[in-house]
Amino acid sequence: MPRVNSRSDLEKLRKEIQAKRDPNKPCISVSSGTCGRAFGSKRVYAAFEEEIKKRGLKVEIAIKKTGCLGFCERGTLVVIYPEEIFYTRVQPKDAPEVVQSVKERKIVDRLLYTDPVTRKKITYESEIPFYKAQQRIISEANRWIDPRNIEDYVALGGYTALSKAIFEMTPEEVLEEIKGANLRGRGGGGFPTGRKWETTKKALGELKYVIVNCDEGDPGAYMDRSLMEGNPHSVLEGLIIGAYTIGAHEGYIYIRNEYPLAVENLRIAVNQAEEYGFLGGNILGSGFDFRVRINRGGGAFVCGESSALMASLEGRPGEPRAKYIHAAERGLWDRPTNLNNVETWANVPQIILKGADWFRGMGTDGSKGTKIFSLVGKVNNTGLVEVPMGITLREIIYDIGGGIRDNKKFKAVQTGGPSGGFIPESLLDLRVDFDEISKVGSMMGSGGMIVMDEGTCMVDMARYFLSFLEGESCGKCVPCREGIKRMRQILTGITEGRGKEGDIDLLERLASYVADASLCALGITAPNPVLTSLRYFRNEYEAHIKEKRCLAKQCKELISYHIIDEKCPGCGLCVKNCPVEAITFMGKKKPVILDQSKCIKCGICFDVCKLSAIEVR
Amino acid sequence: MNEVEAILDKYQGDSSQLVSILQDVQEEYNWLPKEALTQVSKGLRIPLSRVFSVVTFFKAFSLVPKGRHTVTICMGTACHVRGSVHILDRARQLFNIEPGGTTSDLKFSLESVNCLGCCALGPIMVVDDEYHGRVRTSDVGKIVASCD
Repeated sequence: MPRVNSRSDLEKLRKEIQAKRDPNKPCISVSSGTCGRAFGSKRVYAAFEEEIKKRGLKVEIAIKKTGCLGFCERGTLVVIYPEEIFYTRVQPKDAPEVVQSVKERKIVDRLLYTDPVTRKKITYESEIPFYKAQQRIISEANRWIDPRNIEDYVALGGYTALSKAIFEMTPEEVLEEIKGANLRGRGGGGFPTGRKWETTKKALGELKYVIVNCDEGDPGAYMDRSLMEGNPHSVLEGLIIGAYTIGAHEGYIYIRNEYPLAVENLRIAVNQAEEYGFLGGNILGSGFDFRVRINRGGGAFVCGESSALMASLEGRPGEPRAKYIHAAERGLWDRPTNLNNVETWANVPQIILKGADWFRGMGTDGSKGTKIFSLVGKVNNTGLVEVPMGITLREIIYDIGGGIRDNKKFKAVQTGGPSGGFIPESLLDLRVDFDEISKVGSMMGSGGMIVMDEGTCMVDMARYFLSFLEGESCGKCVPCREGIKRMRQILTGITEGRGKEGDIDLLERLASYVADASLCALGITAPNPVLTSLRYFRNEYEAHIKEKRCLAKQCKELISYHIIDEKCPGCGLCVKNCPVEAITFMGKKKPVILDQSKCIKCGICFDVCKLSAIEVR
Repeated sequence: MNEVEAILDKYQGDSSQLVSILQDVQEEYNWLPKEALTQVSKGLRIPLSRVFSVVTFFKAFSLVPKGRHTVTICMGTACHVRGSVHILDRARQLFNIEPGGTTSDLKFSLESVNCLGCCALGPIMVVDDEYHGRVRTSDVGKIVASCD
């Protein structure tokens, strides 16, 4: 194993790796993140492997597994290098045809992406509308890298930023660069990273810690998973540079146990970085020591909050504490601690390499650089998108996201996780950055963007978030523990048709108490989903309360399923699938009959009916 | 229990690693038996009450035996807007248990989880290590039936 002991060693290693690789050799690259796995990427990879072996092409054609490419909706994604032909929805059975085409340097037309508007086939990733409007500086490397092979990262220039920081810059100079870039925390709050580093650096004490927060708890956001799975070394490199700047020799990576692949890839990355001398004692022969430890979370949302996370690292229940003393001064084991989110750390090497001015060239006045959003929900192109700060919601949802599914009408986009809020159609031209999103009552959060259409009930969504937070409240302070519960009960009542006059007022009053009196950000921001849905969709609350009607036809207690007799040919598919025998077959070509007293409103009949002969009222 | 001993050795009796130790113990037995917790408490020289406070705080730990198969249904926001509640309802009805519960024959445990990070493919249902994306209510029965 080549341990890298100096700057020149690193450059030598890079040249060696590059020299033994033939840039013209065809390579079949299979996107194998967790999303890819859900589409069966393991089987696709195995099929390619088998096919290449069968034909004795092992020498001619390489094959590799990469992390997530972002266009998760179209998985399994396969890219053919060096031409960069981009195939979507690849199945194991396509392997023989693809391998043949690679051999002949041809293209399999039917696996190319078809533009839904022009109906034209698109060969290259960069020409697909989903990618065109993006600026992928943090997530781009995912497509080139096998996350389990450190050489891939090094070949792309990996760990150059670390060597530059250590050998060319003093810790103070690195700090100035990060401050000058005006990088703000990508985990939610948007606190200036440089200032956080500076406070920790200046804090008294010999022992200091740096932490990666990969407890990505916001439901609907998964950019941290994708980075950790697909390019763990970029996060590690950022962390080591941070440790060098702050003067820390120990670091922790706190990662969700719900992300098994990310945990696995990170472990491999840490081991490899140690073997190569990027981590551990005497890094790159510079005399600087830094070690990291990986800790898995226990499935508690509140542990994404820094003081709760640190409590959990100390082996205690993850309860937050009041922050009259900052973690930068007294954090983990009461020592100065700097905690940043995964995406924030991943930005660091780029800023060091390309400079603060380059970074400041992207984004808006207050928010620089790019941000990765997870664009999900009722939008056509779901996936991870990286865009410069300041792009409008409309561009993200319509130009990149391809608009709303099934030609339905846009209703709202929810940002910022359970602490965020709903943004209505009238604000679609809002420029997305930390400050603008906060102004309309929501927040950037970690970058979840859940698109909702006319079929999403906003009262139900508010209830959903509060029930989430009720379960995740650690219970330490009363306003959060009891207030959220009471609000959730009122909302449940409204969605079940038991809403009454005065409920909205009561919700608003409770919201202000909870926001004002809670201990940590979980409680302080908990009322946001209720407040923003009330602000922009009050009519839906009123319809539930006064008319006992759910405008989105979602709330079970307020809807019923009906057979449209004219459309029903009596095929019996719904009869066969109904789990409670509520539908009776009346003979061929005769409409079936649905017994409302037996119906449990599970929606299976609606799902299976191919002729849209079932309606919701 | 020798397995617990080995895990404690691996972490060199470091009590700050309590969460990781418990995770490893749970991976070993599929749940956290009382004897194992007592052993952890003794091995780390911390009160049993503290072990329990951590076990009951984190959702990932179970104080009752789990089934041979774990069916996990994602209740994240993206899955929710695509109807995950119907998927969970269907699974509840099939197994006749609530999330967190285990069927009496110890075949299935049903879990709901806040988010699995496969948001683009919702609703997501995971059976053991197999991820199923874009699940429809009518698929749940079929997916579960394929478990032996």
